[in-house]
Amino acid sequence: MRMRTIEISVGGFVLAGAIALVFLAVQVSGARSTGTQNSYDVVARFDDVAGLRERAKVSMAGVTIGRVKSIAVDLEWGDAIVTMAIDGEPGNLTSDTSARILTEGILGARYIGLSPGAEEEKLQNGDEITETQGALVLENLIGDFLTNLGKS
Amino acid sequence: MTFVLTCWTVGLSVLAILWQLGLRFLSLLGALGRASALWASAMWGLPGRGDVKLVIAQIYNVGFLSLLIIVLSAFSIGAVLSLQFYTQLARFGAEDAVGVGLALVLLRELGPVVTALLFAGRAGSALTAEIGLMKTTEQLSSMEMMGVDPLKRIIAPRIWAGLISVPLLTAIFNMVAIYGGVVVGINWLGVDPGGFWGGMQEGVEVYEDLVKGMVKSGVFALLVTWVAVFQGYDAPPTAEGISLATTRTVVISSVLILATDFLMTLVFYGEF
Repeated sequence: MRMRTIEISVGGFVLAGAIALVFLAVQVSGARSTGTQNSYDVVARFDDVAGLRERAKVSMAGVTIGRVKSIAVDLEWGDAIVTMAIDGEPGNLTSDTSARILTEGILGARYIGLSPGAEEEKLQNGDEITETQGALVLENLIGDFLTNLGKS
Repeated sequence: MTFVLTCWTVGLSVLAILWQLGLRFLSLLGALGRASALWASAMWGLPGRGDVKLVIAQIYNVGFLSLLIIVLSAFSIGAVLSLQFYTQLARFGAEDAVGVGLALVLLRELGPVVTALLFAGRAGSALTAEIGLMKTTEQLSSMEMMGVDPLKRIIAPRIWAGLISVPLLTAIFNMVAIYGGVVVGINWLGVDPGGFWGGMQEGVEVYEDLVKGMVKSGVFALLVTWVAVFQGYDAPPTAEGISLATTRTVVISSVLILATDFLMTLVFYGEF
């Protein structure tokens, strides 16, 4: 009888732990079955990514449509190559889509904002976005401002 | 003449201090060696079928009976965190960030660390006292006489029970603490539930936060049970020896938990 109570208590304890783990995964982390979700890669070159990180958001019209997959530097050209994983099947972005590096709020995290173009042609897996605008770096802005101030 | 004498005495006392330091270091190394040998010989080989019952009984002792203190502490810690986050964030109109702040602090740091500290105080000290008393009353040696290996029968089930219980307790701690935060944040202070849960789900990652927190808790479980079992097994067989060993279990495992937590945070989240 005593052993039985112990076994039932331990069973309840393990079950409670398992429920807690599922709760933490689903309700707190918001895990969804991401395995089934398709994504394809798009590349873009920026002159400056200042503070953009891997897994940063890629958004269009404020809605997240992908994540930054990797950031590398091209030493020959001196610019940054950013690979983005866009959700969905290839062919949901026009080939003249432009990419900008933006900031959430004033001090928030950097993310990539995409703006659609007007071409019929669509971006395929591995294609490059040619029209890009790098991050605004505060020091450069102040530098430009001071130079202009000196000229006038 | 006096100058030479002073030089001699100073030199001798420095030598004596160095000698003492060396002895202390050697005894520390010896304890580490004995602890490793204990762990290795207790955990060598897979647990047999007959050991399952022993492990279940120990999970009851160290895990199930620790539930009450875990749940109570978790609820108060969650409630307090929520209250503190709210009062600071409300000044910037960012009350919605209470949820994500609460969940990240709990999953990454406070959940594993506080659970392990409470476990060391509640269950680790009891393990040490129990094994130390078994040794003092020569139950361990009589087991050896009967041909039963006390390492396999007494030590191993307790280590396994700790390794299973602490991660489960950590998960329960996190869930209850988040519930405490919900009670204070949403039900009392009136944070918007949509922003609370939405921000939490947006900001918390399964691998980055939940899994790494659980890895931490597994490492803490290993450390605490190892220290507790070794201190009990290695205690001098006297009343004073057991009391010292129990104190040492709590002190050493607490310090180890906090130090390894810093190291693991550095490895997991540090950017080099």
